[in-house]
Amino acid sequence: MFKMRRILVLGIVFLVGVLLFFISSCSPSRNQGAYLYERDCSSCHMPDGSGLGELYPPLAGSDYLKNNQGKLACIIKYGISDTLTVNGIQYDVPMEGIKKLNEVEITNIINYINTAWNNQLVEQKLEDISLQLKKCN
Amino acid sequence: MSKKFVLIFGIGFCFLSLISCNGSGDDKLPVYGEINVEDGDSIFHSIRDFSFINQDSQVVNNASFEDKIYISDFFFTSCPTICPKVKKQMLRIYEAFETEPRLEFISHSIDSKRDSVPVLKAYAEKINISSDRWHLVTGDSKAIYDIAKDYFSIAVEDPNAPGGYDHSGYIILVDKDRHIRAYCDGTNEEEVDEFMEKIKKLLAEMDKK
Ligand code: HEC
Repeated sequence: MFKMRRILVLGIVFLVGVLLFFISSCSPSRNQGAYLYERDCSSCHMPDGSGLGELYPPLAGSDYLKNNQGKLACIIKYGISDTLTVNGIQYDVPMEGIKKLNEVEITNIINYINTAWNNQLVEQKLEDISLQLKKCN
Repeated sequence: MSKKFVLIFGIGFCFLSLISCNGSGDDKLPVYGEINVEDGDSIFHSIRDFSFINQDSQVVNNASFEDKIYISDFFFTSCPTICPKVKKQMLRIYEAFETEPRLEFISHSIDSKRDSVPVLKAYAEKINISSDRWHLVTGDSKAIYDIAKDYFSIAVEDPNAPGGYDHSGYIILVDKDRHIRAYCDGTNEEEVDEFMEKIKKLLAEMDKK
């Protein structure tokens, strides 16, 4: 009887363990920024952040990215249609915003692009991104 | 990519396995597509006659590729999904074969409403390509959708697809006899690497004759 219970308990512990393992390995929040970048940005800015000709500006080593950290959240959410100069080249194709992204997702994307491809920019905090998003025009 | 695509592509290319099973052993690229037998002769699938207009308002038709091999794809300039990735890979091929006069490129716009000649011209300038080697073409949209089938590619208007069009990101290699000799997923860098090896093989085949 006692033995049966021990086997049962061990069995349950094992099952919970397996379940937890699957949940943790399936959840995209492990590196949500990388995942979302691939899904929502890489088609234009390319997986390696290099952009495409004079159509889509690069994010890897972009001086614009470095100098406009305060605008990123609004660009991602609401898009941009200015003429931008990135590393000396002018870009004028508009970028549409990706409205479905929430502030946590946007923070994760920004922190991904700030640190990917040797970018070495400072990581942003969720509070600051929420504030920025309230002030987009 | 849509189910339709998988289906058409699947049917189109299951002949590959048939052909490759013959295992003739020589190093030639296969000829893809359906083979019809007429009066004892095998008729290979080939690209139909076409006539489109490129970014410099010049007519591009079958004769434009006479004695050349060419690479074909389908796109539209305002495409928010796979097209830019495919273009990036096409550019890689374009640059790798810069000194090869026998290889040309044709990209068909499937958005004849918005992609006028000036729009194509601006696009070509922004990715820095020349119509000497790479034609961005527009034309009657039905003719474009129809010829897409010859290239085993999907091109349809679909209001539910991002940007309003559904299409496949395949890059197709056509020989001087209008037969399809290789293809790859234009969003997949490794597949494109292999594809470039196949281009070299096809060029070598031309040298032999
Ligand atoms: C459909 C293509 C497309 C997609 C998808 C896209 N962008 Fe952009 N992006 C552009 C274009 C075009 C510009 C230039 C806009 C202009 O000139 O006004 C741009 C500009 C930018 C800039 C400023 C310029 C630079 O290079 O530093 C940033 C930052 C940026 N995008 C980030 C993103 C992020 C992050 C995503 C994904 C959440 C994304 N983009 C998705 C096309 C795109």
